[in-house]
Amino acid sequence: MPEPTLDVTGWTCPAPLRETPRIVMGHGGGGALSAELVQQIFAPAFGGDILAQLGDSAALTLGGVRLAFSTDSYVVRPLFFPGGSIGDLAVNGTVNDLAMSGARAAYLSCGFILEEGIETSVLARVAEAMGAAARVARVEVATGDTKVVEAGHGDGIYLNTAGIGLIPADVDLRPQRVVPGDVVIVSGDIGVHGVAIMSVREGLEFGVEIESDCAALGGLVETMLAVTPDLHALRDPTRGGLAAALNEIAAASGTGIALQERAVPIPPTVSNACAILGLDPMYVANEGKLVAFVPRAHADAVLDAMQAHPLGAGAAVIGEVVEAHPGMVVAHTALGGTRVVDLPVGEQLPRIC
Amino acid sequence: MKYIDEFQDPELARRLLDDIHATATRPWALMEVCGGQTHTIIRHGIDQLLPDTVELIHGPGCPVCVTPLEVIDKALEIAARPDVIFCSFGDMLRVPGTDRDLFRVRSEGGDVRVVYSPLDALKIARQNPDREVVFFGIGFETTAPPNAMTVYQARKHRIPNFSLLVSHVRVPPAIEAIMTSPSCRVQAFLAAGHVCSVMGMDEYPALAERFRVPIVVTGFEPLDLLEGIRRTVRQLERGEHTVDNAYPRAVRAGGNPAARAMLDDVFEVTDRAWRGIGTIPDSGWRLSARYRDFDAEHRFSVENIATREPAACRSGEVLQGQIKPHQCEAFGTTCTPRTPLGATMVSSEGACAAYYLYRRLGVTPTKLEASPVA
Repeated sequence: MPEPTLDVTGWTCPAPLRETPRIVMGHGGGGALSAELVQQIFAPAFGGDILAQLGDSAALTLGGVRLAFSTDSYVVRPLFFPGGSIGDLAVNGTVNDLAMSGARAAYLSCGFILEEGIETSVLARVAEAMGAAARVARVEVATGDTKVVEAGHGDGIYLNTAGIGLIPADVDLRPQRVVPGDVVIVSGDIGVHGVAIMSVREGLEFGVEIESDCAALGGLVETMLAVTPDLHALRDPTRGGLAAALNEIAAASGTGIALQERAVPIPPTVSNACAILGLDPMYVANEGKLVAFVPRAHADAVLDAMQAHPLGAGAAVIGEVVEAHPGMVVAHTALGGTRVVDLPVGEQLPRIC
Repeated sequence: MKYIDEFQDPELARRLLDDIHATATRPWALMEVCGGQTHTIIRHGIDQLLPDTVELIHGPGCPVCVTPLEVIDKALEIAARPDVIFCSFGDMLRVPGTDRDLFRVRSEGGDVRVVYSPLDALKIARQNPDREVVFFGIGFETTAPPNAMTVYQARKHRIPNFSLLVSHVRVPPAIEAIMTSPSCRVQAFLAAGHVCSVMGMDEYPALAERFRVPIVVTGFEPLDLLEGIRRTVRQLERGEHTVDNAYPRAVRAGGNPAARAMLDDVFEVTDRAWRGIGTIPDSGWRLSARYRDFDAEHRFSVENIATREPAACRSGEVLQGQIKPHQCEAFGTTCTPRTPLGATMVSSEGACAAYYLYRRLGVTPTKLEASPVA
């Protein structure tokens, strides 16, 4: 075999993609690309101090009443999956966004964008699922709209829901209130929803059926606020998973977050599926979990109250807020090393090996 | 998969680390060949736990990182064609070509799909007989057998609308290329366990003997890595240079004969360009003459692609372990995971992306200069 000749001068790599002139899937991934769209396009175009707070929901005062107001769109495929459907997501997702402000959802709007050709029986099943989820969450669908697009221009059903709810007078949940010393609590197993969706979307079999954790968290939040109204911040770690939620809080509060990786509850089904796919459970979506930033003095009582609630039975302290590495999330690994848990850039991609 | 936890046991890890600390008396430079191993090392912070005398050099074993720009550009050109469904493993979609990536092609109307197996792409070909379906066959000896099997199936079942864009690479010639480079600092190799599970270990004794380097076949869980490092350091300290299998639960000396037979049938050895490194003789596979009809390059006539590379990125030196990522001028300034100049900053297995996070932590790994091999 001839000797390889390596020219070590002038090794180069391709040009950077500094600008994306078109929308790519990563813009909807809840990571850095999503944040850029908001900061570079939407916030300058719309203006407004409330939008600039970039919360899951907006906290408003209208006629002397404190309201939380939120909207979210749902483009999930398939429409029905183990543990739920697009209808459940559309109710629970918006209810949860409101709950993260401490508000109990009162009313929802519902916008349907239907693709020509979809069976009305499918639509009826989605609507029934929405109705059932709304009854469980004790929220009323008060207004709605329907549009139809031509066949081939939609994925069967797209949904949008918006919601309003009252924020209790003594509750003030904002990332800016998070301070060093706060305890970080997650309400249960992470990554379940994302893996459940992947298992049906990609036709992957993981040996056991994994059901989505899709649930309305208003009741759990009420239970926590009953212990103390002085919770500092709540997040529901949906797109981008726990990692994105923690990074958002770290950035908005200017604090660091130190995680104990072994304390993060990850069920074996999720860790195994992620190991097979080369994904990190920290970045996988959840639909029935929250992460809470609680003053240390109240942490034990809040954790006990969460664990006594059906939707918080698996709650665990996963770390604390620190002065070090502001704006960054650092995980202390089981072996004693550290790693940065960064904001995902776009979509998490399965690794080749 | 319960056994995974057992290979991440902190107590056992501590014992292995203590042994490594007690054994290492001088600076040593070890290269972990595989990107999957790099990923585990970074994800678990293993490099921070080793003694300062033990330096890990991240090797060229990330298939995403070493796929040549020319091949990426060919993929982009093929994927942009309206008659094509282009299928790929997920992490190739963000790798920048000359002026775009596969995500961009998809946003411009290209039908680009992420699959988890090449056989999924074959299924898509069966379901879409009026479209050309191309699978992006990249990777080392690990991913080559299933890709070979897929082409074999396509030929056997006469599925004419399936083809493979091939950029497979082989580890042993890369080890040889690294060791013959004048600026090489590598004193031992952690060989990629999954590659050896396919190919066996026959190719390594000659390399170990010729270059007087220990080669320890190593797995991918934290304890696998620590055990591989422990055995490697012991050999270095004793002045030995043998091939050792620290991954016996997956690797047999003869590898996987069925997989090797499939590779021999479907592929033939060829010179292959490695991004950032250059062409290494006999370091790749292409489809053999019997299967040439299933070669996407041949089918779509994309032989004459003009690539354009800026000069700022030094990932080739990073891939050979000649510089650390933070020693590149572009690192962390014009080159970040958000705006990658090269694949080493794109891939989750890339050394630059991993170091970028360290840099943000204010941690710059400082290691002693490796001593010459005894």
